[in-house]
Amino acid sequence: MGDGAGEKPFVVFDRVQKSYDGETLVVKDLNLGIGKGEFLTMLGPSGSGKTTCLMMLAGFETATHGEIRLGEKPINNIPPHRRGIGMVFQNYALFPHMTVAENLAFPLQVRKTPKAEIEAKVRRALDMVQMGAFGGRRPAQLSGGQQQRVAVARALVFDPELVLMDEPLGALDKQLREQMQYEIKHIHDSLGVTVVYVTHDQAEALTMSDRVAVFNDGVIQQLSPPQVLYERPMTSFVAQFIGENNKLAGRVKAIEDGEALVEIDGGGFSRALAVNCGDAGSRTQLSIRPERVTVGESNLPNRAEARVQELIYLGDHIRCRMSVLGYEDFVVKVPNTPGHAHLAAGETTTVAWHTEDCRALDAA
Amino acid sequence: MTDATLGGPSRAPSREEQAAMAEKSEGGVMLAADGTPLKLSLARSLRRKRLRAFLLVLPLLAFVLLTFIAPIADMLFRSVENQIIPDNMPRTVAALEEWDPAESELPPDAAFEALVLDMVEMEAAKSHTRVGSRLNYEQSGMSGLFRKTGRRADRVEGDYRAGLIAIDEEWGERQTWTTLKNFSGAYTLGYFLSAVDMTYGETGEIVAKPELQQIYMFLFERTLWLSLAITGTTLLLGYPIAYLLANLPMRTSNLLLILVLLPFWTSLLVRTSSWIVILQQQGVLNDTLVALGLIDDQNRLSLIFNQTGTIVAMTHILLPFMILPLYSVMKTIPPSYVRAAKSLGATNWTAFWRVYFPQSIPGIGAGAILVFILSIGYYITPELVGGTSGVFISNRIAYHISSSLNWGLAAALAVILLIAVMGLYWLYDRIVGIDNVKLG
Repeated sequence: MGDGAGEKPFVVFDRVQKSYDGETLVVKDLNLGIGKGEFLTMLGPSGSGKTTCLMMLAGFETATHGEIRLGEKPINNIPPHRRGIGMVFQNYALFPHMTVAENLAFPLQVRKTPKAEIEAKVRRALDMVQMGAFGGRRPAQLSGGQQQRVAVARALVFDPELVLMDEPLGALDKQLREQMQYEIKHIHDSLGVTVVYVTHDQAEALTMSDRVAVFNDGVIQQLSPPQVLYERPMTSFVAQFIGENNKLAGRVKAIEDGEALVEIDGGGFSRALAVNCGDAGSRTQLSIRPERVTVGESNLPNRAEARVQELIYLGDHIRCRMSVLGYEDFVVKVPNTPGHAHLAAGETTTVAWHTEDCRALDAA
Repeated sequence: MTDATLGGPSRAPSREEQAAMAEKSEGGVMLAADGTPLKLSLARSLRRKRLRAFLLVLPLLAFVLLTFIAPIADMLFRSVENQIIPDNMPRTVAALEEWDPAESELPPDAAFEALVLDMVEMEAAKSHTRVGSRLNYEQSGMSGLFRKTGRRADRVEGDYRAGLIAIDEEWGERQTWTTLKNFSGAYTLGYFLSAVDMTYGETGEIVAKPELQQIYMFLFERTLWLSLAITGTTLLLGYPIAYLLANLPMRTSNLLLILVLLPFWTSLLVRTSSWIVILQQQGVLNDTLVALGLIDDQNRLSLIFNQTGTIVAMTHILLPFMILPLYSVMKTIPPSYVRAAKSLGATNWTAFWRVYFPQSIPGIGAGAILVFILSIGYYITPELVGGTSGVFISNRIAYHISSSLNWGLAAALAVILLIAVMGLYWLYDRIVGIDNVKLG
């Protein structure tokens, strides 16, 4: 899988801007390279500009400024039907008046593919998504998951090099969604096609992607592989948006060797990795993952007194809401293992964390 | 720790309880809790609901039955009703029963005698003129013949046959007696035969009317073809408008929709008359064309009081009935379909023709049926702007209702029109499927 940095990227957004009303920018100065065969997810809350980016790539929206290149060729002025990009829509957009097989044959027919070849390709694409027996059905006779499979098959049947998916699993229930995530991922692996995937579901993004671009307010906040995104968020937005996160606001006292000493607003000090904070004296926000916090006596460098507010039993772990250094919503996940700390609401204990698990980020 | 043995409120019902809730009797009929069959007790519980629903629609039902269905049924019944002849000429009707016009030239003497007796009685009751006009619809000259014979019938004595022929030679013609015999029943097909340009021949067989008197089939044909033309033009003009309306932002499309509906708030007569102002020979359009030098003052176009006028005016009037169903169907077609088609490699035209258009067909069906059925029975506009070549069958029906007073023929024409519309509707259902028609 390309990581977009080494070889020449396949899809390039070069200083792309987009505005609908001429007053505000929906996409601000987007620079992004997507490698051939990569599975890249655009993740962000609604209104963050991720779908607009996808639509510009598909050709349904025009960039206000900047250039989009596909395989070195600028495609700004190429109409959507000549871009040769497969697309899976949010509501599937299967043509209701055609059968499943006719839906799949459509992109081949408009390309004037010979009849015999169309039949073979349609059959192969249907078999790929385990829908071989459903060719004669109408989309309305299929379940949501089956429609989704057909939509994926249709976007792939004409062998495009790039496939765009716009929240394709949004309408499915949780279990089906997880199953489809694996199926799409497997299809991607076996075909080696480049996929640009848009979602607002962070779990989906982490499961499927080679790299994730986190969008907020028209800007890519961070572009990283999933584990980096989760373990080493670069901004407080990413830390907050991906997974659960404890945030402690404070002021940098001193920085030495990439470590910051931070005075927390609620009282007390903590050492943290100086990831994205200013010099001594500037405001910062500390980010600590709930599962990296230890409860009870320990010899870790950063310690604070904690009062247990609420306990929620979740089977594999116990979610514990505490009040720490003046913050009421400090969450700790206590694993449900032999010998774990038994806590009770109202009890006072100590929480502690490693300096490398605590990241000093921007004070947003 | 466990409380399972205490049997909390969420305890599942035991097997015995489940069996008691709905028991199967020995015959296999489901029984309700009190032992009555389940079906019966369901019907009982629904009866009140049904009664309530019926009572709610009752006033409207009564109103419609009384003011719409009953008069129409009565009117349509007139197309076969012929009670006036057997009522007024019972003796003649009885005497003619045995006579076969194909076998003998004239009926037996008994028929002549019966006619004279009937005629005397009718003259006294002053009803012979009404019977005469009734028969005049079938054979011209009958009205005069009856009036003349009525005046002199009481003076005929002895040889009735000679006496009647002496009053008028028509009584010596086989056709006169055939007509009397053919219309002696209480019910008759005569109006329907006239409505399709047929009549009874001299010996009672059904023959086509002389070429010059054949007008109704021609009118039916013209009505059908003009209605189709109007449906076609409204579709041609309405489709792009509906497409535009369905794809504009809500604010703009609502404004434009008001413009589409605007004609509804103007009187039909005003709209039709304005077309006369525009299209007549000395009208706005012709004047403009002459002023521009495009046509000669001597050769002004005749755009109204003919078929062109009817098509133009009716297209304008019926256009909203095409646009609205089209719009409401197009509104439900998500734009993502066309986008999907384009992303799959279809040009704008292919995406429209293979993906958008097929999904708008239910709207076309609804609009076309609406416009076609409205125009096939349209009356006012063709009457005002149709001249002679642009009138419909409905104008002829109106003529027979209000001018010639031949209500039977009017009813027969109306029945044929009704059957034609229902037949087309059936055909449409077979080809397109009525459940494919959507109004929104």
